[in-house]
Amino acid sequence: MLKPVFVGLDMGASRTKVVVVDPLGELIGHSVRKSGVDFGVTASACLDDSLAMAGATRDDIVRAVSTGYGRANVAFVTGESKTEIGCLAKGCHHYFHEAITVIDIGGQDNKIVKLDSVGRRSSFKMNRKCAAGTGAFIEEMASRLDLPLERMNDLARQSTDMVKLGSYCTVFSATEVLESIRNGKKVSDIVKGIFYSVIKRVLEMDSLTERVVMTGGVVAHNPYIVEMVGEMIGRPVMVPEYPQLAGAIGAALYALDDRSQGDSNG
Amino acid sequence: MAEEGKTVRKKIQATDRMNRIMADYFYGLNEAATSGTRKVAWCTSVGPAELLRAMGFAVHFPENHAAMLGATRLSTDLIPAANAIGYSPDICSYLTADIGAYLNGTTPLAKAYPGIESVPRPDVLVYNTNQCRDVQDWFAWYAKELGVPAIGITSPKNVNEVTTAHIDDVARQMADLVPTLEEISGARLDMERLRETVALSRECTELWKRVLDTATASPAPLTFFDGTIHMGPAVVLRGTREAIDYYTVLLAELEQRIADGVGAVEKESHRIYWDGMPVWGRLRQHSELFSGLRANVIASTYCSSWIFPSFDGSDPLRSMAKAYLELFIVRSDAYKETYIQEMLQKFRIDGIIYHDAKTCPYNSNSRYGMPQRLEAATGIPSLVISGDLNDLRCVSDEQTKTNVEAFIEQLEEGK
Repeated sequence: MLKPVFVGLDMGASRTKVVVVDPLGELIGHSVRKSGVDFGVTASACLDDSLAMAGATRDDIVRAVSTGYGRANVAFVTGESKTEIGCLAKGCHHYFHEAITVIDIGGQDNKIVKLDSVGRRSSFKMNRKCAAGTGAFIEEMASRLDLPLERMNDLARQSTDMVKLGSYCTVFSATEVLESIRNGKKVSDIVKGIFYSVIKRVLEMDSLTERVVMTGGVVAHNPYIVEMVGEMIGRPVMVPEYPQLAGAIGAALYALDDRSQGDSNG
Repeated sequence: MAEEGKTVRKKIQATDRMNRIMADYFYGLNEAATSGTRKVAWCTSVGPAELLRAMGFAVHFPENHAAMLGATRLSTDLIPAANAIGYSPDICSYLTADIGAYLNGTTPLAKAYPGIESVPRPDVLVYNTNQCRDVQDWFAWYAKELGVPAIGITSPKNVNEVTTAHIDDVARQMADLVPTLEEISGARLDMERLRETVALSRECTELWKRVLDTATASPAPLTFFDGTIHMGPAVVLRGTREAIDYYTVLLAELEQRIADGVGAVEKESHRIYWDGMPVWGRLRQHSELFSGLRANVIASTYCSSWIFPSFDGSDPLRSMAKAYLELFIVRSDAYKETYIQEMLQKFRIDGIIYHDAKTCPYNSNSRYGMPQRLEAATGIPSLVISGDLNDLRCVSDEQTKTNVEAFIEQLEEGK
């Protein structure tokens, strides 16, 4: 084995994320792709991309841990799995050695995880079986507005008179968006209203502790949401360098962590 | 890591005996309804069953039937029929499943018990709203549909301490049922028989409590999921000798397991309390999910709700009134929190799971801040899972699995 590496594979509902870390836990390779319909093919492609970036091969993998909704589907790569809650906690504690509340906004679900100063989870919450407040909600609204997803962040930032969406439900919100269009509201104001709606859904899931970290694909691609959250809660929000990779990094760190081997019965 | 593994679930040997007495019960009901030899009463599961039994009625429990619809996974396809006639998908899915089954002309009894074609046609419907208002609406629909009287008891809710005034009220309402029931049955209430029936119910309930209390042992010899099945006789046969005989046998088997150091879950590592209804259509999956994580759901509010310590054969009507008022579901959150704290201590619980059942607000205790208050008071972590008792459209298996696995991970890391 020329270059021992540890792999974390986060098979999310929307995107697959793979990271490679060295024996010191430093991130040396990563890749993100749409999860698609064949999790195995996507995981393999992501793995090869991230190994290439790390200058390593599959033979160099000492241990790999998977997480995310598809974690059981990628056993060919990883012999062990952890829940995305656990991996998110571990990935965030790696960067923030203090008591934190992690808010993760993913493609299909949201999570709020509270950690103490040594990284122990004290509680976690996932969204109910509902798309409101998730990346799927933003995708649906972008589709209604006929906007590419990548334009949403800049448009929201340009808003001068945000449109507030009152509804709980994705379908009802879409109706409100259509009504706003009919009433001549500016698209940027509607988009900011959509972001605001996402944040409201997330913040009603749980209370927050003093120090707040945000992660997830929605945060990675829409950093303005983080600024909005900071304004709403009245304090700055911390974000790791690769917010979309937080879960995958946590999985890789579990792979690196001897204790995870001892704990495993998977 | 908390990854679900394959485990062998230990079968309770007494199950075969239970299946036989349950079969006898259903065939007896069918015989009463089809031959007309006995009048049939439908009764809510924590309603005045002793009164009906003592007056000679064969007693059918629609909630038991609805749970069977859930456990056989028929319910989700039947609920829409009730929705379509105006019974919302947001109300009790026992009600909608049961009425949906009637509208579709189907029952799991027909498959389980050859020769039975339908639920027994009632002569009278008797409810107690101590659980919820839905049971009254449920019986009202059948009353109109079948042209039979629906009579019952309206109980108070959110009771902190059960007072003499509460008991007087419910006992009076119970006594007021008697003339109508006598008219339908064609016989006078025999108080001596009622005393005997209530005494038998008391004996049944004491044995059922001892069965559930075996789970104080480590490892626990039974699971919540076993309990939801084995509580059948306590629901439909309390007040009879058969239920007492059955729980005597079951208790002996579980006590033997304890003596042999045999647990229901291999290498039990985490002891969980379950608050709320079971997800009937996922009993096996949930049982396997927990046992695969070496976690045993050992105690619950639900199974314990058929323990009635106040039944007293010497004062049957008032003691029934008291027993059915003291029920957990009737009580205030302050009482419920004290009760759950005692259970946590008694069963040495590591974590609590609250099932937030979409269509059953009365059995979902996570909606008014109780998990947060109890966690602050006890330091025992909790998890709320969203689901439903009978409507699997409200259940996300993947979310449940991830939540439970993450919760057990959290408990492991906290040890």
